[in-house]
Formats: sequence, structure tokens, C-alpha cells
Amino acid sequence: MTPDLNLSHTPAHRRQGSSIGQPMTRRDGILKVTGAATYAADNHPPDMLYAVLAVAAIARGRVASLDVAAALAHRGVVEVMTPANRPALALDPDAKFHPFMFRLDLLQNDGVRYPNQPIAVVIAETLEAATEGAALLAPRYETETARVGFEDAETFVPGGVGVGNPASQQKGDVKAGLAAAATRVEARYETPPQYHNAMEPHAIVASWDGDSLTVDTPSQGLAIAQGRIAGLFGLSPDKVHVRSPFLGGGFGSKGLVSGPQVLGILAARLVGRPVKLVLRREQMYGPVGHRAPTRQTLRLGIDSEGRLTALDHHALTASSTFDDFFEPAADASHTLYASPAIATAHEAVRLDTGTPLFMRAPGEATGSIALESAVDEAAWACGRDPLDFRLANYAEVEPMTGKPFSSKALRECYAEAAARFGWSGRPLAPRAMRDTAGLLTGWGMGTATFPALMFQAEARAVLKSDGRGLMETSAADMGQGAWTALAQIAADGLGLDIGQLEFRAGSSDLPDAGIAGGSGHTATAGMAIHNAGAAVIARLADIATADAASPLYGAGNEGVVARSGRLYRRGDESRSESYTEILGRAGLSEIEARGTSAADQDTREAYAMHAHGAVFAEVKVDPDLGQVRVTRLVGAFAAGRVINPRLVRSQYLGGMIWGASFALHEEALADHRTGRIQNANLAEYHVPVNADVPSVEALLVHEDDPYVNALGIKGVGEIGITGTAGAVANAVWHATGVRPRRFPVRIEDLLAGGGLG
Amino acid sequence: MNRFDYVRPTSLAEAVAAAAMPGAAYLAGGTNLLDLMKGGVARPERLVDITRLPELNRVERLDDGSLRVGALVRNADLAHDQAFAATYPAVAEALLSGASAQLRNAATVGGNIMQRTRCSYFYDTASACNRRELGSGCDALAGENRHHAVLGWSPACIATHPSDFCVPLVALDAVVEIEGSKGRRHVTLEEFHRLPGEAPQRETVLEPGELVVAVRLPAEASAFASHARYLKLRERTSYAFAVVSAAAALVVEGGRIRQARLALGGVAAKPWRARAAEAALLGAEPGEAAYAGAAALALAEAKPSGDNGFKIELARRVAVRALSLAEAGTPARLPALPASVFASTTGARHDA
Ligand SMILES: Cc1cc2nc3c(=O)[nH]c(=O)nc-3n(C[C@H](O)[C@H](O)[C@H](O)COP(=O)(O)OP(=O)(O)OC[C@H]3O[C@@H](n4cnc5c(N)ncnc54)[C@H](O)[C@@H]3O)c2cc1C
Ligand code: SF4
Repeated sequence: MTPDLNLSHTPAHRRQGSSIGQPMTRRDGILKVTGAATYAADNHPPDMLYAVLAVAAIARGRVASLDVAAALAHRGVVEVMTPANRPALALDPDAKFHPFMFRLDLLQNDGVRYPNQPIAVVIAETLEAATEGAALLAPRYETETARVGFEDAETFVPGGVGVGNPASQQKGDVKAGLAAAATRVEARYETPPQYHNAMEPHAIVASWDGDSLTVDTPSQGLAIAQGRIAGLFGLSPDKVHVRSPFLGGGFGSKGLVSGPQVLGILAARLVGRPVKLVLRREQMYGPVGHRAPTRQTLRLGIDSEGRLTALDHHALTASSTFDDFFEPAADASHTLYASPAIATAHEAVRLDTGTPLFMRAPGEATGSIALESAVDEAAWACGRDPLDFRLANYAEVEPMTGKPFSSKALRECYAEAAARFGWSGRPLAPRAMRDTAGLLTGWGMGTATFPALMFQAEARAVLKSDGRGLMETSAADMGQGAWTALAQIAADGLGLDIGQLEFRAGSSDLPDAGIAGGSGHTATAGMAIHNAGAAVIARLADIATADAASPLYGAGNEGVVARSGRLYRRGDESRSESYTEILGRAGLSEIEARGTSAADQDTREAYAMHAHGAVFAEVKVDPDLGQVRVTRLVGAFAAGRVINPRLVRSQYLGGMIWGASFALHEEALADHRTGRIQNANLAEYHVPVNADVPSVEALLVHEDDPYVNALGIKGVGEIGITGTAGAVANAVWHATGVRPRRFPVRIEDLLAGGGLG
Repeated sequence: MNRFDYVRPTSLAEAVAAAAMPGAAYLAGGTNLLDLMKGGVARPERLVDITRLPELNRVERLDDGSLRVGALVRNADLAHDQAFAATYPAVAEALLSGASAQLRNAATVGGNIMQRTRCSYFYDTASACNRRELGSGCDALAGENRHHAVLGWSPACIATHPSDFCVPLVALDAVVEIEGSKGRRHVTLEEFHRLPGEAPQRETVLEPGELVVAVRLPAEASAFASHARYLKLRERTSYAFAVVSAAAALVVEGGRIRQARLALGGVAAKPWRARAAEAALLGAEPGEAAYAGAAALALAEAKPSGDNGFKIELARRVAVRALSLAEAGTPARLPALPASVFASTTGARHDA
């Protein structure tokens, strides 16, 4: 069963010919603004019960007692799930067969390893009864000393960072490069723990029918979720149906199934009725991932011409005590600036937190703010304009590997964004600009980069004798616009106007679209769709060209072009036939074909593939009071083929706003004794409001890439944060003369740094 | 959330009677109380919903020239009342700098002055908090306390009162009208909130069951209409509580300050009236020197309660700036970013 969606509204921009490249509005937009789009928690199967998590208030120790009787005695409470009665699983939640299999807290024992770890689930007839039942459990603990900050644990070198990168890499002789340098810059920067805080909390509605399971839950990767759930419950994957037509944001936190989602399934198993479980906002600070804190040290050597002689980037980060995810912050230095010697290294500590996870631009975001700050310091130390300095160190080949870039329009990005921003004439020295109201004004810039990744996917294409087409793949739309962009690719792939196309996605019973992550979803799912379309058109062409009654007879497979529901003979467009005619004469009600996609390993060996961008920021700072505001952001990005400029621009804008947030606002404050996050709510965990980002502009720079994939698509989802965070930090320095060393920038740091009058 | 009784009285007398029972709480806009209940911080046994009491919804000018604002008047309605905003511009500006548009639409005058602290340990029921549970201790003392008090705190509690609205109100000598089983009484806002001392759980002078029915602004408060401002320092441009804030109001005649009002927000468990600073300003020539002196007096007793010494210097600076802005004159139109250092309209004068 596929979700009941009607996405065939007439698109705002109808046209003949290619859909790709058109700025179509979201096909799901009307459903969303009218409230008709069903998010996971909107599903209410008959007989459904509500489950609420009880979570640990301590960071480390064990649960000594729970007052289950008190909870059960509360009116409306049906059951309390604890380690004592939790249904059996086929797989140990602590088993780990590969790096992407994260350990889950599924009530396997009474241990506590981070604050907000689930310790029980209360299931009741109403949400209110379940909530009060959870409070009545009044847990008592045996508490051990929590390890909360970098100082609380021993550092070690992790076996790998990010998604399987080595912990340290180097080329050339950094020591010699630094020794030979005319100017040296050494600087340390700290970034705080951050939480994804998707607007939609993790939610699940789980229904069992015998040994078949249906779950409505937000997922950025439906087949992975299906496989993980099947593995945990000992089911064959086809018994597990995951539906996720819409996600209210994911940012990585919904990439893999989290513990609380599985607990919802277990709760439904226990009570034999459908169960809905929705995390409370504060419960999202623990079991569903976060961006780990970093402490980064950069050392740059620069010769008398302003060229880097060495770049050394060291990052200290943290994972949980029981699992591995190491924020690959230093790896940001691999791709951006040319240097004869580059060394990157990571160290880590283990803290009593939930396991960190990918969070929008993992590694690139944290690493970029440090690298771009250090590069800015280096430019100033050499008396060079920050843009000139970056151009002097422009990487013509990927610095770490020496590979040529598959495409790189970064020079154009610098030029277009700088011109639009009005960068020329910027005084080199800080504290040199004031606006008419007397506010300190600063301009800063940063370079943006993100790798062009591809995963594996499959799609199924169908052409019907009524001339309509169908494309199916389990793609995930977290708000980025997959329902629209992938349908545009599908329409072109099938040679149909988009109005003639039915596009199905967001359900695990469709062909595997891979994961909406790593900014690779449009490329990956898009290529599978493109290939499926090509395959079904090839079949149609076979039928037509072999049919003596067709005007295309004898044209051969290479010899037809599909457009707007017709096949045309190449070179003689007067000879054509509609899909309907071809299938009708062949007596076929429909034909179908599948397409797959995967990165081409040979080209990936030969070329470095990245999207690039340049971001310029203006900040204003009250000269006495130190309040900071980003008054202007201009970014220009080159990321290969643009499928839908409206959606792409919106990804850049969102990323850039996140970059401003990174520099000025976001931070989870953990109590250093208990590890509990003290601002686990959206009133006090600050992200920008509209007034914080009055002017944000994203320019799309043309870039053809013949190597990334046949469609020429790179990714646009994450790059906007990178570059921007550093640009804002550098603008703060330019306004105040105080170099931000820990993020977010705080008024007291500007005050202590002498940046205020 | 615990199970509770819900009553909806139709008269003041009924309301006060319904709330006489221990464990009862008045429900107004609910923007603070319901959050506290969902977090298990407040567990009232009876909610007395006062939102259907029409007599609490009025704004009226009394014979003595004072203005009486009913406890149920919504924050947004009051701020957007043109006559009110013209007469008490700093109060309107403070109201509009608080929370978000949605919250201001729901929040009431009585609820705003009665709102509880935002100390995170107060909200976190697993933490020790004397304000929540006397005698349990204060986990903020050695915890995350950047935003905590620098004036009037005690080792028992270092929390601040978060209201913006109360800061210009206290500067303008506002009076709280209270109805209880023993009848009606009036208390100045300055005396309404209590400093923590040994009993931080007693946040105001209200006796159990007493109801705030109105807030009064005395006739004299309108004298400041042309020179009154509220300034709120924040960590994001809108939708954030004050790091520190100040309300300032002046009457300047013949080159001398004839009347001065100054109050600080975000620095203490109550809106902080700076009387010594006001006294020093009387008769002084308006200008930076006088304001700096006054601000120093306002913070003379200040001391950090933790990692928040920077707030003392910031509060001084905010006080100086607020006084300068007041001297420059109330803008003819409320700035698009009320009370913000980034308010764009600084020039146009209210009385010009
Ligand atoms: C996200 C967020 C951000 C905020 N930001 C700001 C801000 O920047 N600045 C600011 O000033 N405020 C801010 N607030 C607080 C907001 O102003 C208060 O929540 C609101 O004013 C409370 O009014 P209410 O009518 O909703 O009160 P309720 O929540 O109904 O009640 C609050 C308390 O007052 C008691 N009470 C209510 N009315 C009476 C009465 N007439 N007599 C006696 N007791 C009464 C209740 O019993 C309860 O204890 C924010 C709140 C939130 C949730
Ligand atoms: S400062 Fe006051 S409110 Fe905060 S924890 Fe201490 S006693 Fe409680």
C-alpha cells in the first residue's frame, strides 16, 4: 500500500519539453499548507494507544527502582514496558556488524549511559495518562560521576572518523613547511554540542498484524530502516512496511532508525494494539544523535608571496562511551586550499552522552568555521585582502590527493558573490567601518565546499497504454523537495510532460532509493530514475521499430527521441508515433523497466568531486553593548546541474541561515555535573528568527560536470552551512577586532576581548 | 501531567472562593503555567480558569487620572492600544519586545507579572531548587548561571524575574490591585515581587488564593510620555529573554533633569528600581556624564552570583544607553524592532 497522496496538481510552470531546470513550485506544497499532508504522528489506526518514554535523569549509573505499580494504578495506563517485560528481540541492540549500525537503547538492561536515555515506556489510552504514568515511575538511581567535558576523560586516537576516513592523513612535510614560512598563524577554536532539532520530533505509529509490521515514521532511508527493524525483530524485510511520505526535517537525525522508534514497535508488540510514540522536545537531546563538540587547533605557514607552505589541522572531538561516531572536523582541510604540506589529525574522548551522529554537513561545518577563521587570520597576518589571499591559494587540483577536479567553478563563485556583495573597497583593518547609526560594521568571507557523493538506488518505471507514466522509488522528502525534483527527472526520463506522470515515493515497498543524506539523494535516486526511464523507453522503441505498421519501423534503437509522450525518428521528426499508439497496436496495457544507480568507481578514482561556493557576510555590532546581527549574507554556489532552481536556492538559503546560527546562536548547554542539557527547548536553544537574517541571497553559478554522473548533479543540501559560519565569524572580527575563538560568539567574549568601547 | 480539577468561575467572588483551596492555581493565558505543568514543575490540584471574567478585561481611566488595566488584558492588545502606547511608550515597547507575537496574543497582564523564573534548574525537576522545593538546595549556584542575578540574590536562590513588561511598570510606580477573601488591597509593583532571602519559594506578596485583578499606572506616569524608552539586550534579535534590560524615563526642563526614572531587568528576582540613580539625576544636566554616574550607582551593590560578572558591566552600559535614548525622545512610531539596539528609527521624536 502506498501512501494516499495526490500530487498531480497542475504545476505552476507547465511547459513542453524538459522539466529539468524549471523552477517548479513544490508539488506537495498545497497538501502542506492546507494541513492535508500526513506526517507520521498524524496517523491514528483504530484501537491505537499512546506510549510515552520515561528517560534517565542521570548520565551514568543504573536504575535502582521504578514504581511500576504507581504508574499502572493511574487511570488510563494499560502497560508499563521495562527491561523485565520488554518483548524479546532477535538481535542484541548492542550488536554492531558495520560502522553504520549504531547501538540502540532498547531496555536491554538497567544501565544508564547518558541523560535522556529511555528507561521505560508507559502505554495508555490517552497521551495525558501515559505522560503522568511516566512521571509516576519516580525512578531511583545508583549514580556514577558523569563525564561531560573534554577534561573529564582521556583522549585517544579513534580508529577512523566520519564515514570511514582515517583519523590522520598527511602529505608533504608540515614541520619543514612551517619552519620555512615567513609568517605563521596558530589558533584554537571551539565548537559546542549542537542538536538537530528538526521541527517534527521523532515519531512512530506501529501496527502489528501477526508477524507483519506497518510503521509510520519519518525516515531519510526507508530500505535501511526496513532492514534494521527486520533484523532486530527477526523478520524478513518484506514483512516490514515503513511509510514516510513527509519528514518535518531530518538533518541526519532521521537517517537511521533510532532507539525510541524501535521502542514504539516493541510497545505495540507488548500490548497487541497499534501504538503511537512521539518524542517530547527535550527527549530529542540524547537518543537521536547530535553534533559533537570540537576543539580545533590550526597551524598555517605562509611564504612571503602569501602562499601556504603548510597547513596543519588537529581536531579533538567526543563520542559516547558505548559507540563510535567521530566528527571528521579536520578533514575540511583536505580540499580547499593548495599547500605543499597538509596534515590533519583527530583525537577524541568518550563522554556520557548519546552517540553523536551526522548532522547537516558533519565535519565540514565544524571544520569549515575553524579553517575559514584561521585563513582569515593568515590573510590579516600577511596584510592581504581575504579574497586575494584565497585566490592566491586556489587549489587547481585537490590538495590532499593531487587529483584533478571533475569540475570547479569556485573562481566564478568568488567573483559573482563578491560583486553582488560589493566586497571591493573593504578596509583591511578591523573596526574601520561604522554605519549611520554608529554600529560597528564588519565584512567577512568564507569558502564553502561539500563532496559530491553518490550511493546506490533503484527505480521502477512504467508506461501505460493511456499515455501516462509511473515512476516508483522509495525516496524521502524531508522538506528539500524530492517530491518535485525527482518527479522532474522522472518526467524527462520518460519523455512525458510532468502532468502525465505519477510519481510514488516515501514507502519501503517501492524500489530502494537509498538514503537522503550526504547531499547525494537527488544524484543517486535521480540517476536510478533516469536509468529506469531510459530502459522503459528503450523497450518501447524496440516494440515500435520492430513493428512494420509503425512509422518508426526500422529506425533502430539509437534512432528515436522520446518527447511529450511520443517517439520521434531521429533526423526525421515528421515520422513519429505516440506511446498510446505503439502500446495499443502491440496489445500491451503497460510496459515496465527498472533502473539502478551507483557511483562509477573508476571516475571517482580519477577525479575529485566537490561542490563549491563563496559566502560574504556583513555583521553589525553595537559598539558598547556587543549585540551582534548578521545584516547581509550573499552566497554563490556551483554544484553541477540544477534540477530546480527554486528548490536549490531554498537549500542554499537554509544552509546559510544555519551557518549564521552556528556562528552566533546554537549551543547545547550541559550541566557539568549531571550532563543534563539545560536548554533543551526551542525557547532557549537558539536558532535564528527572521529578524536575525534580514537579507540572505544565494546565487546559482553555472557549472557543467561531465564526470559526477550522467545528469551532472552534485549535492546542494549541506554546503550552505560551510563557508557561511566562517564568513560570519570573520565579519565579527572585522567589526570588533576580537577574533572569535569559541562558538557561538558571546557578548562577554567581545567585552573581554576589548572589542567594545 | 497530574489529574486536576478544572473550574471556570463566572464572578470574581466565585473565583477567589474556588482558589481558596490549597493546591489551586489561577489559569490565565496559560503560556507559562501549562508549560510548567507539562514538565511536572507545577502540579496544581485545581485550575481556576479566570479567562471568562469580563470585569478583568477592561482598560479604564480613573477619576484620579490613573489608568487601570485589567489583569486579563492580553499583552498584544495593550501594546497595540494606540492611546496606551502614546501615553506609556516604554511599557508598550517592553511588551512588544517580549516573547513572540503568538505568545503575546495569549499572555495576559496578570500572568506576565506572575510569570516564574526561567532558571533552567527550576524547570528541571531532577535538580535541587529551593524555589521549587525549599531546603533542597540550589543547583544553579555552581551550574549554568550566566543569566542569573547580580543584584538582590541570596545563597538560597540566584534566579531572575524574566518579565520585560514589569521593568517600565516598576519605573513608573505601577500599583497592583489584589482581590482576596479579605477584600481588595493595593501594593506597589516595587513591593509586589520579593527578593529570595531565606524564602525564595515566596515570589510575591500574594497570599494563597489571592488574585491580581488589575495593574494601575498613576497619573504622574504620563508626564514621561515624550521621553521614555525600554532597551533590551538579547542573544538573538527577537524571541529571546533579556540578558539585561533597562527602562528609562526623563522630564527635562531648562536644561536640567527635573524627573528621572530608571529600572533594570534581568538582574534580580524582581524588576529592579534604581532609586539612588534617579536621585542622583535630579537637577543634573542631561548627558553621558550624568548617566554614567547614575548607572554606576544603580549597580553599586551588584556582585556576580556565578559566571555572570559581565552582566554588571552590561547592565551599566544598558542603563546609560536607555537614559540617552530617553533624553533623545520617544520615537513618533514604535521601532520595527522594539527595544532592540538595532531599532532603526532613532531620530524622529515623539513630541516633535
Ligand atoms: C517561549 C517563551 C518566550 C517568552 N519570552 C518572554 C520574553 O521575552 N519576555 C517576557 O517578559 N516574557 C516572556 N515569556 C513569558 C510570557 O510573557 C509569560 O508566559 C506570560 O506573560 C504569562 O501570561 P499568561 O497569561 O499566559 O499566564 P499563565 O501561564 O496563565 O499564568 C502564569 C502564572 O501566573 C498566575 N496567574 C495568572 N494570572 C493571575 C492573576 N490574575 N492573579 C494571580 N495569579 C495569576 C498563574 O497561576 C501562573 O502561576 C515567554 C514565554 C515563553 C513560553
Ligand atoms: S537559582 Fe533559584 S530557581 Fe534556580 S535553582 Fe537556585 S533556587 Fe532554584
